[in-house]
Amino acid sequence: MATFEFLLQGLWVAAQPMNLLYALIGVTLGTAVGVLPGIGPALTVALLLPVTYQLDPAGSLIMFAGIYYGGMYGGSTTSILLNTPGESASIVTALEGNKMARAGRGGPALATAAIGSFVAGLIATLGLAFIAPYIVKLALVFGPREYFALMVLAFVTVSSAFGDSTLRGLTALFVGLALSVVGIDQLTGQARLSFGVPELLDGIEVTTLAVAMFAIGETLFIAAQGEKGPDKVEAVRGSIWMSKLDWARSWKPWLRGTFIGFPIGAMPAGGAEIGTFLSYAAEKRLAKHPEEFGHGAIEGVAGPEAANNASAAGTLVPLLTLGLPTTATAAIMLAGFQQYGLQPGPLLFATNPQLVWGLIASLLIANFMLLVLNLPLIGLWVKLLTIPKPWLYAGILMFATLGTIGANPSVYELGMLLAFGLLGYAMRVFGYPIAPVVVGLILGPLAEQQLRRALAISQGDVSVLFTSPIAAVLLVIAAAALIIPLILRARGRGEVLAQLAANED
Amino acid sequence: MKHFFLASILAGAMALPAYAADYTIIAPANPGGGWDQTARSLQTVLQQEGISGNVQVQNVPGAGGTIGLAQFASQQKGNPNALIVGGYVMVGAILTNKSPVTLKDVTPIARLTGEFEAIVVPAASEIKTMADLVAALKKDPGAVSWAGGSAGGTDHIAVGLIAKAAGVDPTKINYIAYSGGGEALAAILGSQVTAGISGYGEFEAQVKAGTLRLIAVSSGERLAGIDAPTLKESGLDVVVENWRMVAAAPGLTDEQKAAVSADVEKLAKSAGWQEVLKTKGWQDSYLSGDAFAAQLDKDVAATEGVLKDIGLVK
Repeated sequence: MATFEFLLQGLWVAAQPMNLLYALIGVTLGTAVGVLPGIGPALTVALLLPVTYQLDPAGSLIMFAGIYYGGMYGGSTTSILLNTPGESASIVTALEGNKMARAGRGGPALATAAIGSFVAGLIATLGLAFIAPYIVKLALVFGPREYFALMVLAFVTVSSAFGDSTLRGLTALFVGLALSVVGIDQLTGQARLSFGVPELLDGIEVTTLAVAMFAIGETLFIAAQGEKGPDKVEAVRGSIWMSKLDWARSWKPWLRGTFIGFPIGAMPAGGAEIGTFLSYAAEKRLAKHPEEFGHGAIEGVAGPEAANNASAAGTLVPLLTLGLPTTATAAIMLAGFQQYGLQPGPLLFATNPQLVWGLIASLLIANFMLLVLNLPLIGLWVKLLTIPKPWLYAGILMFATLGTIGANPSVYELGMLLAFGLLGYAMRVFGYPIAPVVVGLILGPLAEQQLRRALAISQGDVSVLFTSPIAAVLLVIAAAALIIPLILRARGRGEVLAQLAANED
Repeated sequence: MKHFFLASILAGAMALPAYAADYTIIAPANPGGGWDQTARSLQTVLQQEGISGNVQVQNVPGAGGTIGLAQFASQQKGNPNALIVGGYVMVGAILTNKSPVTLKDVTPIARLTGEFEAIVVPAASEIKTMADLVAALKKDPGAVSWAGGSAGGTDHIAVGLIAKAAGVDPTKINYIAYSGGGEALAAILGSQVTAGISGYGEFEAQVKAGTLRLIAVSSGERLAGIDAPTLKESGLDVVVENWRMVAAAPGLTDEQKAAVSADVEKLAKSAGWQEVLKTKGWQDSYLSGDAFAAQLDKDVAATEGVLKDIGLVK
């Protein structure tokens, strides 16, 4: 049980008063940058790196861990309350969370997000501690063709899960896919659809699109309604805490979200978003009342939020075991390690066990700290909804603009923000769902690149896509997810159809 | 609201230009990458060594550094307090992106660090030496897949040069581009590709752990502490160094240029900078003045040649 002893020792290190203070600073800062759209944990850690040079390794890594988890959590707050995802991984949270907040259930939504994040963070951090070496072996089996199959599965489940009309959902998805091909093609280095504008060469930033479509589009929509806006937001209806029913409906999605998010986060090309998409789709399929989805189903907040935090811990698996950073934040944390002459990689667990276990222990502490910090704040956050609408939306507009400019000081970026904001407004007016556009922008390049890589490696042999067992299984699941609803629809004249009809509105 | 307040200060601090700065360093990349780390190390050492009182780093990411370069060249003209970090990747990106602004539009001051390319295969691979890899390449160039960083980048250019030196048609190489050496690493470890190529630092931990086999490095001479032959020893006349440099704004007077060069030289010779190089594992490849200018011209010409050979530049 050497592992366990190391973990206890790590907890001892992390529980020193000074280190607890660093953890507190970290989670507070992390939550703050997570809340502000555009500024992510990556930039924050980069800014703090020179400052922490003076600290001891344990202290600074603990602070980074706090920022990392805090950032993952903070994004959900604005998603739920303001329909403005601070990070791309909390886009899905906005779908159900904001509907809940408008129905006066912002408190339970924030609580299930906070507790779900805690549960997921706890399980995933323990997973990182005990099974990281095995997870990473599994992750390495995933080559381009397996990733492509995973993307196909994500497309199929996600596109059917968003919105009530398949046609509108798919239209929105294809808008996103079209936007995703803008910029330099990664495999050949050639520019596509950039029309000679150098700022477009790197493609369209996901956070810019998400903030524009959600925040700016929403603001314009509300402003256009003027005084006669129909939905009077009720800040609080019933308890601001989770009821017994909320707990009963939340705990399974938390666990499912964790088990979806952690392995996908651990995959070198996984990322946090895909886990949240798949979790949302899974919850919608498994829910007892799927008709509530789109109108504020708590499962749709609990699952994706858990997946989001679990994948944050998952990202550390390749970082610690392979020295392979899979997100920008992980890349900077790697730089943080190197600052102290440590090289993450297969030997790190053997050569610097105290530090690795100190980090894992500090993740546990940061996770706990987040819960302590955020649960009492829920009452305060919910008050945000009582701010008069003109002030609230003026504030949203300002923070969205400031965040975008802060992340990338460029006039083009601001222009894109406004242009996509108008697009988001138009789509709202004509009843098109917003989320699939962002989903298309995120999944499109991944699917395209992995498909082309797989075909390049096989020198054009298409059969390679089906001959790997993992890819084949994923594709079969995707096919089943696509075909089974069609069969049910064709066969059932009674119950099934009625339920589907109930879904339509 | 406390969070909003904190965050807006943070945003404000980054969005506003710093008027009190002695130097503003543009890192033409996102936080976390090599250029960003170079810029932030420069910031730390310049302040620590008392060369400059106040140094700010600003990230202007995009398109292999050409966005930052273009913005720097137009906005900082004649400003002796502005610096930009750049490197070999920029040379390729300027050509592939047909960037209107080139390195001729700024004032290159000095090359600071560099990293050599490493060619690796999975430990279980049948390929034991560079000669084996070249033989496979000659037999069927398409069957040898190379994983490395972005298309047209240093890794891609190095593969093109290797193919050319081995007498293989460079347009036939099967190069699989990843967003960086790290992502490529996963593909190599998973034996998805035949071989991998990237900066040695990306592979170091795996090579030491024995999960990757290092078969060659792209330096002119063997590197201290690295047990691998050079490409030259393997019969391929190829030397590639992924260097990083610092440049000043265009339109400086000779005195201003000399002052910046003196500051950079002081930095490069300082104990603080040497310490940074050691902890980060960067090679010291300080080169300044006319020698650097000549080397730069040589690199640009060679890169243009190979990018044409690969077919990325027409």
